[in-house]
This record gives sequence, C-alpha cells and structure tokens, in this order.
Amino acid sequence: MSLTRQDVEKVALLARLRFDDAELDKITEHMVQIVQYVDKLSELNTEEVEPMAHALDIHNALAEDELRPSLLRDEVLKNAPKHDGEYFLVPAVLGE
Amino acid sequence: MSDAPYEIVIGLEVHVQLKTNTKLFCRCSTMFGSPPNTQTCPVCLGMPGALPVMNKKAYFLGMKTALALHCGIPKFTKWDRKNYFYPDLPKGYQTSQFDLPMSEEGYLDIQSTKDEFEPRRVRIIRAHLEEDAGKSIHDEVAGKGDSRIDLNRTGTPLLEIVSYPDMRSAAEAKVYMQELRLLLTYLEVSDCNMQEGSLRCDANVNLHIPTENGVIATPIVEIKNMNSFRSVERGINYEAKRQYDVWQETGKILGELPKQTRGWDDSAQVTRAQREKEESADYRYFPCPDLVPVVVTDEQIEEVRSGIGELPSGLRQRLESDFGLSTYTSDVIVNQGRALVDYFLELAATCGDHKLAGNWIQGEVLRILNDQEISIDEFKLTPSQMAELLRLVQAGDLDSSKAKDVFTAMLESGQSAADVVEDLGIERVDEGALEDLCRMLIERNQRVVDDVKGGNEKAVGALIGQAKKENPNVNPGQVRQICLDIIKNI
Repeated sequence: MSLTRQDVEKVALLARLRFDDAELDKITEHMVQIVQYVDKLSELNTEEVEPMAHALDIHNALAEDELRPSLLRDEVLKNAPKHDGEYFLVPAVLGE
Repeated sequence: MSDAPYEIVIGLEVHVQLKTNTKLFCRCSTMFGSPPNTQTCPVCLGMPGALPVMNKKAYFLGMKTALALHCGIPKFTKWDRKNYFYPDLPKGYQTSQFDLPMSEEGYLDIQSTKDEFEPRRVRIIRAHLEEDAGKSIHDEVAGKGDSRIDLNRTGTPLLEIVSYPDMRSAAEAKVYMQELRLLLTYLEVSDCNMQEGSLRCDANVNLHIPTENGVIATPIVEIKNMNSFRSVERGINYEAKRQYDVWQETGKILGELPKQTRGWDDSAQVTRAQREKEESADYRYFPCPDLVPVVVTDEQIEEVRSGIGELPSGLRQRLESDFGLSTYTSDVIVNQGRALVDYFLELAATCGDHKLAGNWIQGEVLRILNDQEISIDEFKLTPSQMAELLRLVQAGDLDSSKAKDVFTAMLESGQSAADVVEDLGIERVDEGALEDLCRMLIERNQRVVDDVKGGNEKAVGALIGQAKKENPNVNPGQVRQICLDIIKNI
C-alpha cells in the first residue's frame, strides 16, 4: 500500500491541520515510510487469526451507576481561552 | 397510499437517552436543566490522561431495550472512536460502536388506529450505545459574537436505534416513533421527554418514482432536528415534495449527488441544507483503546429478558382476547401507559363487567385526565370506588346519563357512589312500579303501539320522554325494554 500526497492532504484537512508545500512533502515522505513499515505485517498469513479488538486481554470493566462529585465550574473553565463564568465561549459555529 | 406520483422510502435513526443517574463513561450526573458546566469532570472535558469507565446500568438498559425490539445480543461488543471536530465535542471524537454493536437485527410492529396504512413490521438494523455531545448555544445573528458551550450533556448515554428503510409514508414514521416511545416508557429505560431531547429522531428519506424507463430513486437526504411527532410527519412530507420538485427540475437520481443533510425548521415548516454528509470512512473509526470490550453470557441475557414484563403489543392483544375490549378501546388504554392499564385491570376484576370498565375508562375517566391534565396516579377515584359506581350501572339503578352525574359529583365531593345517589335523590324505581307506569303510558298512546307494531321501534321514544316526566328516576333503557315487551304481547 502506498500513500500519495493527496491522501496526506485529505488526512490533514480532516485533522484540521494546515501545511505549506515543503511541510507536505516532508510529511508525505514520513507517512509513506510509516505505512510501509506497518505494511510488513501483511506478509504474514492471518487467515485463521481473529481480529484483535483490544490490546489487553481483559473485558467487562464496568462501574456501578453511582454519582460522584463533578468538578467545580471555576476549575472546569480555568483552562479555556475564553469563557463568561458560565459557558465556554468559542468563535461562532453557525453556518455549518 | 397517497395519490402522489411517487413512493416515499423512510428509515429512522432514533437516539434515546437512557435513564441512568450518571454518564456513560464517568460518574457525573445526567440531570437535565442544571446550571451550565456544573456536571463535568476530566473525562467529560477530554482532558489528557482521563480514563473512561463503562456504566454497567447503561449497558443493561440498552440490552433490555434491544431485547424488547427482538434484537439479537452478540456475546462480544466493543467501543470505537468516531472522529470529527465540533466545539461541543471536547475530545475530538465521539465514543460509539462501529462494527461490533451491542445488538442487531430486530423489529417493531406498527399499526394505525386511524387506518392510515396497513400494519407493518419495521425491521431494526441495530441498536448501539454511544455518548451524547454537549450543547452549543448560538447567537441569533449568524456569525456575530461567540457561541456558548455547555458540556453538562457530554457523555450522557444514548442508545441509537437504526431502522431499515421499511416505512413508506410520513404517517408510518410518526406511528413508529410513537410506538417506540410507548415501548421505551413501558420498559422504563428512558424519560422519553422530546422537549428535553431525551428522544430524538433523524430520518433518511428518498423517493421511488415510476417512469417510462422503470422506477428511479432520488438521492437520499437525512433530515435532522425533528423534535416532535408532528414535525416528524411534516418534515418528511415536506422533504418528499421538495425532492420530487428537484427531481423534475434537475433529473438527478441516487448516486449522482452525495448524501445531503437537511435540518427541519419547525417555525418556517421547511427543511434547509446543512453540511454535506462526510463519507463514513471520513470519521476514521478505530477501536477505543481506553475501553475494554464487554462479554456477556446467555444467563445474563436471559436474566434481562425475564425482567422485561408485558409490552404494549402483547397487552393490546390480551385486553382484546381476554377482556373482550374493542381494538380501539384496548389501543387507547394501552397507549396511555402501564398505570392506566393496571387501573383498568383492577376495575375490571372488581366490577366484573370488563367492557363496561373499558368504556368508562376510555370515555369519562380519560376525559377527566385530559381536561385536568393529570395522570391516572393523580385521579381522585380508586378502582374500588369506580367499581361501586359501575355496579349501580350494571344493576340498572343508574342510566348512563345519571351515572355521569354521579361520577362528576363523586369527583367533586369525594363521596362514595351510594352517598351521592342518596344526596342527589336518585331512587331506584321498583320494577313493579315501573311496569305499572309503562302500562299506563301505553294505554294513553295507542298511536305509539300501532307504530311499533308496524315495525317502527323508535316510536317508543315518545313513551320514554313521558315516563321521565312522570318520574325523573326511571331508567330510560329499562322503560324502553319493558314498553317494547308489553306492546309485543298485546
């Protein structure tokens, strides 16, 4: 499997990352190498192997439905670039 | 079927907020209407290093619902990340289920009480668990000022129930929603409050249009933001007509345009274009490494199944076959919820006349509940008080109009039926006295006798009127029967 510059542009768009041409060239080169490296796995015959859903061989980590305290609002808003004491404020997101 | 020159094809995606105290992956409260951003924690906020832990109750409420929808429950299910950017989704992904959902392949039967369509089985593709996003509050004027974000709702457990495109009219879609809501209410898995957003519906709609070159399909449109049963019906009907107009204008068919998302604007009664739907691969789903899979046993599934209880469709059948109620009456009672069904069952058992009990609940009792906007739990008369009243009706002591007077007085005064009857001076007219009265009236009205003998039984009505003047306490039904019997034997 090979990765094109267009693929990288698309992934960058989906990730909301903006690159100039030089950066795109470099990142495409890197990503091609990464994918080639991982592609080695396809040399193996995995016919009889079940797809792995999780790296850990454990399941059913479930919690009871019991209320625990939330954070104080001041704490919650503290790291936000902009807030009004009640809400997070973000640039207008209308016109989606 | 309508007279429209097309067939509407509809599939629904319904999001149900499950009734848990805490969120799907953390133990913050799910309560509605709290001050903004007071029910969040590092998990809700998507802080680096925060680790989600699955809510056990949410999983089992989801399973209960899926089983009631006749879905199969895979023994193994896992969680995936659906990646997209929006300010009310702090993590940058929604934790959802992609290729191994917790349930698949069920159905919900729907039928119209108004005969709008033939009974239909709507198949369910899957029902899976996912987390809700936060809430964005936009300024009135587009593009002006900031949008405000409240993350209280972030992480609230949702069950997304996806149907096959099996519905063929907006009326069917509306009834599907209503029946689903009723089912969820009986299961007690959700508040189902549409105003508060605990039951939300998106519809995938397109048209099949017969043409000279065979049937063509229009591009599929997903309608969002239909927040009431009425808007589901109106939104779909509007969209069908719009798609037909666009097809006539452009001739574009399925596959020639990408899937479009349109929002229903309830105040303007139109659908408006939203963003073009990203291809499913663009969400770049991948297994969530922070959540381990869930494995269930047959025993656990059977335990949940045994806790489901009687559901609306089964109850309707029971009220018809075991209690002799009409389809309409059983439908009306069952659709009001389990509490009214229980009231009916108790009243029917106490008074013994099932049909009479059904008719009174469907008529007078529901009228009061609707007028006063109360539930049956707040209704003043207990089933045994009602039964006392109905026994007087059964015995012929009260005709239906007097019984309604007594019913009203019981509600006002809180007195028993017997006390009200006494207070109102309603006396049972002795059978012998009643017969004497009827004979006297018949002697006075030869004309009525002739009419009845001539085949016009309605003529006896004149005698009922006169009987009431002679004695206001007579039971019109009894007078009618006695008079007819006497006349026939003359």
